[in-house]
Amino acid sequence: MLELNSVDAGYGTFQALFGVSLHVNTGEAVGVIGPNGAGKTTLMRVISGLIRPRAGAVSMEGCDVLKTPEHRIVGLGIAHVPENRRLFPRLTVEDNLKMGAFMPEARARYAERLAFVFDLFPRMKERRYQLAGTMSGGEQQMCAIGRALMSDPKLLLLDEPSAGLAPVVVQQVFELVRRIRSGGLTVLIVEQNVQQVLRVVDRAYLLEAGSIRSSGKSSEMLADDSIRQAYLGV
Amino acid sequence: MMEIFDIYLLEAMVNGILLGGLLALLALGLNLIFGVIDVTWICYAELVMIGMYGMYYLVQYFGLPYYAAAPITILLVAALGALLHLLVIAPLLSAPPINQLLATGGVLFVLQSVATVAFGIDFRNLGIRLPVLQFAEMHFSYSRLLAFAAALIGMVLVYLFMTRTYVGTAIRAISQDRQIMALMGVDTRRIYLITSALGGALAGLASCLLVLQYDIHPFVGLSFGPITFLICVLGGLGNFVGGFVAAFVFAEIISLGGLFSDLEWGYVLAFAFFIVMMFIRPAGLLARRS
Repeated sequence: MLELNSVDAGYGTFQALFGVSLHVNTGEAVGVIGPNGAGKTTLMRVISGLIRPRAGAVSMEGCDVLKTPEHRIVGLGIAHVPENRRLFPRLTVEDNLKMGAFMPEARARYAERLAFVFDLFPRMKERRYQLAGTMSGGEQQMCAIGRALMSDPKLLLLDEPSAGLAPVVVQQVFELVRRIRSGGLTVLIVEQNVQQVLRVVDRAYLLEAGSIRSSGKSSEMLADDSIRQAYLGV
Repeated sequence: MMEIFDIYLLEAMVNGILLGGLLALLALGLNLIFGVIDVTWICYAELVMIGMYGMYYLVQYFGLPYYAAAPITILLVAALGALLHLLVIAPLLSAPPINQLLATGGVLFVLQSVATVAFGIDFRNLGIRLPVLQFAEMHFSYSRLLAFAAALIGMVLVYLFMTRTYVGTAIRAISQDRQIMALMGVDTRRIYLITSALGGALAGLASCLLVLQYDIHPFVGLSFGPITFLICVLGGLGNFVGGFVAAFVFAEIISLGGLFSDLEWGYVLAFAFFIVMMFIRPAGLLARRS
């Protein structure tokens, strides 16, 4: 479904990604793990078009993502839940969800998508008229994921969904990712919470200092000694 | 039985409210541009001046009735707003704010000079004299009542647009997080252009209403441009509700100050109030507590 080929990307004179290649198959859940500053967020931003790579290729179901205007990429079926959620804090929950359905194709199915998201997150229905910025971190994460789902994506990009949340809420978020997956959605998730994320995804890539260091099935990654030592603390 | 002074006081207060509606309309347009595009249209009042000339020529030269000329003028100034964005603001979006200020300041002088050359410095008016409403020994001019009602309707329409439509919601969202708008599938350039046209349309509406109360000349923008800026700053730049409240506060100070002495002293009081408020609440009347 999604394919990246030798992508180089960065900001100004700083290069964050060096020749990154990865792919995500339809129906899969794939994780990208790695330490702070490894380039995980940059990778997500390249896929959703927030930054353009210096070299390499990105394609989504055969469409060239790099040739698609940035505001049309969501139309290819890619929805990005950005790092730190990035809700519109002074809009209501419902207006935030409405923004997720801004594309003409999604507008036509607004009521149906809203019902779907409210079904997935009954809490959002209770809070629909509340300002998004006044909710707890876990609720804001739900709202951010809900906003991304409003566009009826094929591929969901999750950037550190567990960051800054209490441990019990982190559990809920991963449980939620599992539920979204079982609905047939393809998921690419970036996480520092390695142990948790490897239990949710099928495969994972290890990104270190802007390069893919290793990849494999999550069971293999969990068993890998170097990963166990560096990221799982065992 | 009311004292004669109370009647004057009441009349001044009502006139203050009527003026407030018009000032709120002007402030809304400027706030909209600032809130969404993060640019201050220094030349906002000059767009209104051009609109007033538009009304003058449509009514006096083409013989159109007022109610036919008004929508044409609104569209004309809306197009002017979009043009201002495309020609001046869009190329400077990533430039330092001072350059944007200087550029729109330059447009102010260009518009004033073009108007002077093209229309001359004569004071002109529409030749429409609306009657005065007499009510319980108080006098209110119909031109002010009409302006107040139309400004209010204009603001309600903008409110509905901002809250009920996707584009309006995007306009409110864009000031809260510019970078991620593309993730929502929003083309920010298009939203900027729509916002500029909307800001222009509000200036156009204001010009249709001001033309009933003021004579038209190339420098007429100076009689309400500066006060519009003060209102926006007092309400908190980009804060729509703050601008609305500040417009009525200012209008009441001008109107009541004018009652106790001359109208000019009303303005002096309003400006003094502004200076004091800038010390007390530098971020605006309704500043958000962070």
